Amino acid sequence: MDKTLIRARHWERTRRLTALLLLAWLATGFCAAFFARELAGLSVFGWPLSFYLAAQGASLVYLSILAVYAWRMRKLDRAAATQAAAAATATAAATAAAVSPPEPRT
Amino acid sequence: MKSSRTFFQRLRSYYLLFTGGFACFLVALSVLEQEGMSRTWIGYLFMFATIVLYASIGVLSRTSNVLEYYVAGRRVPAMFNGMATAADWISAASFISLAGGLYLHGFDGLAYIMGWTGGYCLVALLIAPYLRKFSQYTIPDFLAARYGGGDGEGPGGRAVRILAVCATIIVSFTYVVAQIYAVGLIASRFTGVDFSVGIFLGLASILVCSFLGGMRAITWTQVAQYIIILVAFLMPAIWLSGKHTDNPIPQLAYGKLLPKLSAREYVLQNDPKEAEVRAIFRQRADELDARLRALPASWEAGRIELQRKLDRVKLRNASLLEIRNAERALIAYPKNADEATRSWSEARDQNLARAEPITPHATPYPGDAETSDIKRNNFLALVFCLMMGTAALPHILMRAYTTPSVHETRVSVFWTLFFILLIYLTIPALAVLVKYDIYSALVGSDYAHLPNWVSYWANVDKANPLFSISDINHDGVVQLAEITIDADVLVLATPEIAGLPYVVSGLVAAGGLAAALSTADGLLLAISNALSHDVYYKIVDRSASTQKRVTISKLLLLGVAFIAAYGASQKPGDILSLVGAAFSLAASALFPALVLAVFWKRANYQGAVAGMTTGFAVCLYYMLHTNPTLGGSVARQWFHIAPISAGIFGVPAGLLTMVTVSLLTPPPERQTGALVDYIRAPEL
Repeated sequence: MDKTLIRARHWERTRRLTALLLLAWLATGFCAAFFARELAGLSVFGWPLSFYLAAQGASLVYLSILAVYAWRMRKLDRAAATQAAAAATATAAATAAAVSPPEPRT
Repeated sequence: MKSSRTFFQRLRSYYLLFTGGFACFLVALSVLEQEGMSRTWIGYLFMFATIVLYASIGVLSRTSNVLEYYVAGRRVPAMFNGMATAADWISAASFISLAGGLYLHGFDGLAYIMGWTGGYCLVALLIAPYLRKFSQYTIPDFLAARYGGGDGEGPGGRAVRILAVCATIIVSFTYVVAQIYAVGLIASRFTGVDFSVGIFLGLASILVCSFLGGMRAITWTQVAQYIIILVAFLMPAIWLSGKHTDNPIPQLAYGKLLPKLSAREYVLQNDPKEAEVRAIFRQRADELDARLRALPASWEAGRIELQRKLDRVKLRNASLLEIRNAERALIAYPKNADEATRSWSEARDQNLARAEPITPHATPYPGDAETSDIKRNNFLALVFCLMMGTAALPHILMRAYTTPSVHETRVSVFWTLFFILLIYLTIPALAVLVKYDIYSALVGSDYAHLPNWVSYWANVDKANPLFSISDINHDGVVQLAEITIDADVLVLATPEIAGLPYVVSGLVAAGGLAAALSTADGLLLAISNALSHDVYYKIVDRSASTQKRVTISKLLLLGVAFIAAYGASQKPGDILSLVGAAFSLAASALFPALVLAVFWKRANYQGAVAGMTTGFAVCLYYMLHTNPTLGGSVARQWFHIAPISAGIFGVPAGLLTMVTVSLLTPPPERQTGALVDYIRAPEL
């Protein structure tokens, strides 16, 4: 696999991850604020749910989004690095094979 | 790898040592207080000890190396970078005014908590890692290189650079004025020096630090400042939480207190004495309204009345005090009918506001169906403006450059939000705890036995009382409607409200000072770097030596700091609204250009220039158009959106313009595509 292809695939996956997490981000913020009145009736540990979400819940979701992003991106980066290394070795091996043709059998 | 590990360990032991030393300092001071040291001296000691501390970190990390000066050598470990960014971020507004804002506005104030934390998702997902991959020095650098093609030296790159520099300066300057204002406020409050002296004291410590060591000194100072901020903010909250709920962790405990607070609100709302006080305010408002409608005759009549009164007092040889009072009343009387209109309508609005029923703390968007919807829309708009503004603040984004790798940048944003949340999850808790304390302990007590802090804070600023309490209905008992609290005073007064020793008050003041100073440091550096690196080095003199660039940057820092201090000494607006304006402006001017730079290859410099100008112009227009203090009027609002959320129009306008203009003009050069590919590529 050559370098541009590895990069393209890495970018594709990065974009998908980013889009997914952005969606989670948007949904959290929008729902917590837009449906606050409807959620006020429910309660968690004494807080009305809407108050809890706005004061703590949403922020904690944001923190976990960041954690997931850092973790997943590290995996993606590492995968790309391994692939690139493998590609480099393969190329090197191919070059080596081309330079020194196998010994003729006797 | 090994050396960076030891660097991390070394840093950790330094800061553990520092924390231990700080704890000893606190213990020593509280012992001294027991021994009878005066409050003034405790205030002085806190001020000078912390300022000397910051200055010595600054001196120790002095540098004139370009890489060290601009980006701290790109070797700050993720966790420490997170701490420093958190200190950079937690401004005077967060530390001093936010809890007060939540106290006053209840649920609606939580927009700040959501917005200011959610913004970090945008920073991490859309901007910070790509900036780190790009590895230059400033935000305008990045935009110019991306839109200018190649090295960013073409006419397009130059235009984008200048626009970005302007946006950086305008945004950071508004923000820094608010910080320096807070420095003056705290310094003057706790040491008794004059407000402007306080400003220049704070300024001196900012300057020693950033002047000598740039980003490097600022980073290490900010880590120390973060520790002080954290201790200062948590201590009174933990104490209050233990007092009211038997659970010392305020973030968990205040859930139990909320229903109790709501019950108390309900009782107060139906209290006939409260209703009486509110009726008095309504009546005063009506009287003022009547006088306003009878202008200019009522102005003339009022003046003559006061004049006559003065004459009468003089004629009957009354005491000097009475004559003085009559004279003062005449001097304070509006000079003409126009001024009367202004001051009387202000007074009428104040009285009307105090005649309002209690806002329930936990209820989202209280009011009838229409007001409620307007409040909800404003909440949403504010949340998104603050989020996008966070992701476009140059002094925060600049921090993405200082970590050793792209991965560390991502982790560093995580740590940033983590450290911010340690404070931000406490802020709503603190607001509820203090509110409960005031509603249940102060309200209902009698005027003969007011606690000490009441008279202290009521006398701090006579012209603009931060805290006022007066027996409106003359029944000798404190009613809630008789109290007004300014948002800026709540956190500073909390230790005294909670009945903690004065050392804790000093600590909170030191924390507020640390918050304001750390943010001011970062902002001043952002401004002076934009000027020295982007304007001087990149545009004026390309052949400047590195030595010269750093020297120029230091001189500019000095200049900008003094201009900002002058601005702050003019005492502009309240802190929170100034900062809010900066967020909307940053979001509208920079956010679309920054995001599209990475995610849309087709974006070109024509689009960027058009988008940045349009976004900024729309945002500014809306603010000027609808903010009464800037000469606009509330009636001209679009969809009833408050001027602080002007970015909700500015960002889409900027984004749309940028996309349209980019599509109408030729695509960017091949080099740009290569640059974008490089920025997106993983680190191998």
